[in-house]
Amino acid sequence: MRYLPQTPEDRQAMLAAIGAGSVDELFIDVPAEVQLDGPIRDLPMHAGEMAVEAHMKALAKRNHAAGDMPFFLGAGAYRHHVPASVDHIIQRGEFLTAYTPYQPEIAQGTLQTLFEFQTQVARLFGVDVANASMYDGSTACWEAIVMARRITKRGKAVLSSGLHPHYVSVCNTMARFTKDHLVYEAPAFDAIGDSEALLDQIDDETSCVVVQYPDILGRISDMSALAEKAHAHKALLIAVVTEPVALGAIKSPGEMDADIVVGEGQSLGVGLQFGGPYVGLFGCKQKYVRQMPGRLCGETVDAEGKRGFVLTLSTREQHIRREKATSNICTNSGLCALAFTAHMTLLGEKGLRELAMLNHKKAVQVADRLNVINGVTLLNDSFFNEFTLILDQDARPIVRRLADQRILAGVSLGRLYPEEEKLAHGLLVAVTETSTDDEVEQLATALESELS
Amino acid sequence: MNMLTKGRPTKQEENLIMPDQTGTQTDTGNRALMVDEPLIFERGSADRSGIDLPEAPAVENRLGGLDRSTDIGLPGLSEAETVRHYTRLSRQNYAIDVGLFPLGSCTMKHNPRLNEKMARLKGFADIHPLQPMESVQGALQTIYELADWLKKLTGMPAVAMSPKAGAHGELCGILAIRSALEARGDAREVILVPESAHGTNPATAAFAGYKVEDIPANDAGRVDLEALKARLGPDVAGVMITNPNTCGLFEPDMKAISDAVHEAGGLVYCDGANFNAIVGRVRPGDLGVDAMHINLHKTFSTPHGGGGPGSGPVVFSEALAPYAPLPFVEINEEGHYFLVEEETAEDHHESSFGRMVAFHGQMGMFTRALTYMLSHGADGLKQVSEDAVLNANYILRQLEDILDAPFAHSGPCMHEALFSDKGFSNELSTLDLAKGMIDEGYHPMTMYFPLVVHGAMLVEPTETESKAAIDEFIGAFRSVAKRAKAGDEALKTAPHHAPRRRLDETLAARKPILVWKEPEEFAEAAE
Repeated sequence: MRYLPQTPEDRQAMLAAIGAGSVDELFIDVPAEVQLDGPIRDLPMHAGEMAVEAHMKALAKRNHAAGDMPFFLGAGAYRHHVPASVDHIIQRGEFLTAYTPYQPEIAQGTLQTLFEFQTQVARLFGVDVANASMYDGSTACWEAIVMARRITKRGKAVLSSGLHPHYVSVCNTMARFTKDHLVYEAPAFDAIGDSEALLDQIDDETSCVVVQYPDILGRISDMSALAEKAHAHKALLIAVVTEPVALGAIKSPGEMDADIVVGEGQSLGVGLQFGGPYVGLFGCKQKYVRQMPGRLCGETVDAEGKRGFVLTLSTREQHIRREKATSNICTNSGLCALAFTAHMTLLGEKGLRELAMLNHKKAVQVADRLNVINGVTLLNDSFFNEFTLILDQDARPIVRRLADQRILAGVSLGRLYPEEEKLAHGLLVAVTETSTDDEVEQLATALESELS
Repeated sequence: MNMLTKGRPTKQEENLIMPDQTGTQTDTGNRALMVDEPLIFERGSADRSGIDLPEAPAVENRLGGLDRSTDIGLPGLSEAETVRHYTRLSRQNYAIDVGLFPLGSCTMKHNPRLNEKMARLKGFADIHPLQPMESVQGALQTIYELADWLKKLTGMPAVAMSPKAGAHGELCGILAIRSALEARGDAREVILVPESAHGTNPATAAFAGYKVEDIPANDAGRVDLEALKARLGPDVAGVMITNPNTCGLFEPDMKAISDAVHEAGGLVYCDGANFNAIVGRVRPGDLGVDAMHINLHKTFSTPHGGGGPGSGPVVFSEALAPYAPLPFVEINEEGHYFLVEEETAEDHHESSFGRMVAFHGQMGMFTRALTYMLSHGADGLKQVSEDAVLNANYILRQLEDILDAPFAHSGPCMHEALFSDKGFSNELSTLDLAKGMIDEGYHPMTMYFPLVVHGAMLVEPTETESKAAIDEFIGAFRSVAKRAKAGDEALKTAPHHAPRRRLDETLAARKPILVWKEPEEFAEAAE
């Protein structure tokens, strides 16, 4: 077997050195009745690279790859062009096959990139500090609510109707067990968000108000008034960013005085990957840093006075604090964080701003093109690279039929909100730098014929 | 660039820089291939970019008046500089590709490159999680096939695929236990966890709203069955047990533990972090386990990536299967795969405790793990656990004459060998030995874990090391251990040859610097 270096002679020599007659003697603590007498049945035996590759390729072929057809899906996962050098960098064995940097003297590569990542994320979000990553945006969102509970010692969180419904589901799942009280209702077809309604919900029991920016329907709203009201009641504003490229074009949540900003970093460097692995982003104001979950990388010096980096403030974490830790998170999303930071380094300020404006202006063009189709109404006044179309019928079957014609038209709101009949006509359309004019025309033509 | 390598907090003290071991000093501070690399914030600039983009169309913005008008502060590098930056940094990392990585409880085995190639097929890498299910049949089939492997390897009837890592899997298991108990109207408050458990176990139980109590261990490093039985009662929701445990030992009473917990109305969570010791040879389902997470990034060779991403599917017994989280993949009579998610859950899975993550889990890890399983097959996986256990026992017996091995008298270990610092010179500690191993070219073993052994050193070679590689490692370990016992002062200041000498972790925690600031800004902040 190609991954197992021991020869039969090696095994015999080692058994002799141990003083065991056979490998079975090493399993003596395992009761005989639960030891299998041979390889597990109903599973195949070992196979060479060619055979395995053939099997996996056959599986891969049964999927419609986004790059092979017009593609307009978003809703928390965006298809951006990832430069070739990003994948090269994350495939360096020294990054790919390293462990969490517990021995900093021989992990400066990972640690320095995490320090750079933290700085980039903090600046992008407009906050003081950021951690070394979470699993993804949805789990980061729940962790932010838990953190707000720790800070405010209150258990009522007000969730905006514009928060991604999967994120809401994750929070609902957890809140049921932790007895947190979540205030939430599904969105309505409204050109502006629900800031007014949220303002009324903030009171002295509120730990935080959680707002997605841009929101699930693509709308962009100023969060300053929410921050102000929240702070007046000693509550926190948590902003959730599912498309970080947007922050190359629009004000950061930190500039609107958000206290905690979390997000999904997938759209930079990581790729679609059918939903994972992705990378959770987590930043906050300096004063809350000791309440943060997850790993933090910090600067220090070595015994010769040279600058170096270490994991720090670990007294918040499970391996030190056990049941009193701020979170149970251990492994996070290091390699995806590396992909994110390498992509961000290639872009720089200039590249990110250009990329953001390219996304936005293309989206404006596409929105206007689709809005003239009979049976289509554009919901949004404002948006970044994703907007909501209201069709004159249920969007779900249309999305499925277009997929059969090899056009991936967007995400139907019926898929995201199966219980909300009132949203069934909604279609979320995302446009990035990868969408071509020709593909937009194919989508428009197909929609025209479906709706006529 | 020279000043940047010296560390901001002390840079004014030029004479703090000590000569290196050879007594020679280079002008740059670099040492041949070991080249210090400044931060991107010191190298790059806002107007440089490594990416060429087409012009944006000439249309008006529709950003709701919220244009970002201030500088973000993101430096850019050209592609050439970017590749060099990360390549130089990579060379300051130890990794499995560089050498044996004996980190106990972490299972740092070789990461096959076929896995990487398969995960990058566009049919896996370039598909969106919300595409219509008809357009992702192969992806759903991949998840289904991997789930089938996991169920057969563990002898368990159900598996939740969405948890993002081991600790997230633990949470999944504990939430299922709590759901099952609540469904029978039996609110219980306590989860029992052995002292030797990984810190995520008690943290998870607390995160799910439980009180945590310790289970005592016996002299042989195992769960004290009688003490456990005495503690069981109507307030105990369940136990979290690692098997093989964190001392590297199999719990021979596991079945009896499970039976006792079940009899008292509780449920059994098994931490599967050490599954590599028994994969293909023992099925946890035969031990009475109700839930167990599997770290695909340990047992099934997906890369650790410097701290993730992981993947932590959880297998369930019949008792817990109905409560498993959404979404999961099923197949209908026509052979079509479909996701059971919010839209379809009521018909198929009304007791599910809900969703744990956006989308469907770590697909990129699923493709890698399935590739690995297909490569090994049922026969190869059995050989994996046998070689992993053989290698660990070989290390245990080759070192027990020089290092204290607290449980070696009780028989063989499983996939990892545990030693204590007993017999070290008073001046020296496990940390010093670990740092000495760095100078010898090795990543150190796991230190000070499990907590039940003084100055613990937990060594897990995995099955992907040859006898020759292990013999070399043993030679180095023996030599450093001898020095630790003899009180060799040089160990106190090790490592001497790594890219950095010992780093001041106290300073880092006392005055946390978590982001880079412009030197002027930094000076102001310090005042």
